[in-house]
Amino acid sequence: MKKSCVALLVMALGGVARADGLLITGAGATFPYPLYSKWFSDYNKEYKDRRFNYQSIGSGGGIRQISERTVDFGASDAPMTDEELSRAPGVVHIPTVMGAVVVTYNGPVQGLRLTPETLSALFLGTITKWNDPRLAKDNPGATLPDTPVTVVHRSDGSGTNSIFTDYLSKVSPEWKSKVGAGKSVKWRVGLGAKGNEGVTGLIKSTPGSVGYVELAYADQNKLPMAELKNHDGFFVKPSIGGTSDAAIGVPMPKDFRVSITDAAGKTAYPLASFTYLLVYRDQSEKAKGEALLRFLWWAIHEGQASAAALDYAPLPKKVVAMVEKTLESMTVQGKPISLASSR
Amino acid sequence: MGAYVGDRLWSSVLGLLGGIVLLVVGLVVLELVKVSRPALAAGAVRFLLQQDWDPVSGSFGALSFIYGTLVTSAVAIAVAVPVSVGLALFLSEMGPPMLKPVVSFAIETLAAIPSVVYGLWGLFVLVPWLRETVEPALQRFFGWLPLFQGPPIGLGYLAGGLILAVMILPTISSVTNEVLKTVPGSLREGAFALGATRWEAIRMAVLPYARPGILGAALLGLGRALGETMAVTMVIGNSPEIHASLFAAGYSLPAVIANEFAEATGAVHVGALAGLALVLFGISLLLNALARVLVQLVARGPAKGSA
Repeated sequence: MKKSCVALLVMALGGVARADGLLITGAGATFPYPLYSKWFSDYNKEYKDRRFNYQSIGSGGGIRQISERTVDFGASDAPMTDEELSRAPGVVHIPTVMGAVVVTYNGPVQGLRLTPETLSALFLGTITKWNDPRLAKDNPGATLPDTPVTVVHRSDGSGTNSIFTDYLSKVSPEWKSKVGAGKSVKWRVGLGAKGNEGVTGLIKSTPGSVGYVELAYADQNKLPMAELKNHDGFFVKPSIGGTSDAAIGVPMPKDFRVSITDAAGKTAYPLASFTYLLVYRDQSEKAKGEALLRFLWWAIHEGQASAAALDYAPLPKKVVAMVEKTLESMTVQGKPISLASSR
Repeated sequence: MGAYVGDRLWSSVLGLLGGIVLLVVGLVVLELVKVSRPALAAGAVRFLLQQDWDPVSGSFGALSFIYGTLVTSAVAIAVAVPVSVGLALFLSEMGPPMLKPVVSFAIETLAAIPSVVYGLWGLFVLVPWLRETVEPALQRFFGWLPLFQGPPIGLGYLAGGLILAVMILPTISSVTNEVLKTVPGSLREGAFALGATRWEAIRMAVLPYARPGILGAALLGLGRALGETMAVTMVIGNSPEIHASLFAAGYSLPAVIANEFAEATGAVHVGALAGLALVLFGISLLLNALARVLVQLVARGPAKGSA
């Protein structure tokens, strides 16, 4: 009885999966999820026999699942660490688009400007009042009141945290030694809120607060965004263009595992990052592997056009050329396939 | 004979179902112990008593989360039990019959609201109100108590406890209401016959009889308060610290698990979170056991006293 029930269930599930054509499954980061779902649906319209199932369970989950080969591709905002890669040999990072983190606030100034030193001092808790001389120096002409600063950070482990703390670790030795970089860190001060929406809610309801969220989220919700002083000493507003520029000012390693925060370049926005799809260099299933590689090729070419409309920064040409090489070096059952022709 | 076989079959089916519950609980504990091993390698006692929680350097301690969970639950019980008992008395003893269905419908609605909605309400309504009105007032009148010191930020143990109080109120009041309905009418009538007022009848006849049931209701509520995740994490402030003041930001066991588990990749970090789950499980188990003992003690109490 029990056995036949299980068999029925398996058949039913198998039937669903087999329904029409090839089903490619993936799991991982939530940040690029809106863009990926647009890609999957656009791609499916063009190639009716290829369907995608993507679960946005978070970057950590994506890395875990691709390591255990329970999905065909993973997705992560932060590159895998050496330790993680050692548990999943053969995984390749394919940067798909770029995202940025913005500093948002509910403060007494319009168009707040922050230098790296001031930003790290705020989050280290050494600036506690809005009229602190360091804030006054960054914002000449602004009238800053003697009111307390409330720092808000993301309490849930996230790529946003990892970009933000990675940047602060680069620009502030004190931050690096006291806090460090990671998806979850030990914050020195402030209140923790869950998700972009939690941080935004808390900032909106707390006068004098400062925190950080994804650019896409801040843009869609019309939050005030601080201008940050970049590596070359220019104050830059968060923007899609500035985010793409950040990938140009950084020497790009072959495996793309690189942090592009605090990048060089006049227009580079300092809080930027790639988001990646994670795939095995050699695909073990013929039809699925080919389809996946062709999709990746499509994503870094045709797919890039839909990025900006959803507040993601497209890859610069230089990076696209590098990813092309990586994709061409990948194999299906040990044999390379020709991708350029599929365009 | 046929009936006999049927009986045996039936009882073995029931036995199997009961066994499955035990098996599931056992498997959960076993898995948690297994996963948490890397984090508990440095010693379980140290894990329990250490306050520091630093995922970057890999140093994990549960104390501030245990403290936050206990404090918010205590606030919730302290606020919700008197209100719930009052509500139940209103519904079963005092309220005008016209109003009763309206009030009980409202309470049932409270129980049906998803916890994330409570959290949002807490963030946008309760927290600003606490920050602007309640906390400054508490500070003015009770500021000499360590419970009400420090800057009123709205977010914190107090906000978490109050949200929980609202959330467990339907549980406690509806169970208490059912308990009060079981109080024999003869007890009330006896009290009235001796010249008691309505309040005296409630105080001297109804409440003592219902006490074990009310205690049970409170413990049911406490169980929910301990495990509540979403609403608490949105208003508690999520900082792993220990403060005597209810105004300060804290953290709770379920909140940190929900916040960090999805993105935890290192075996030690995942292990530490599983360790927290184990601690939460232990606290619930302990309180459940305590509850059973208490209910039995109280149930015996009044019978002896009045004899």
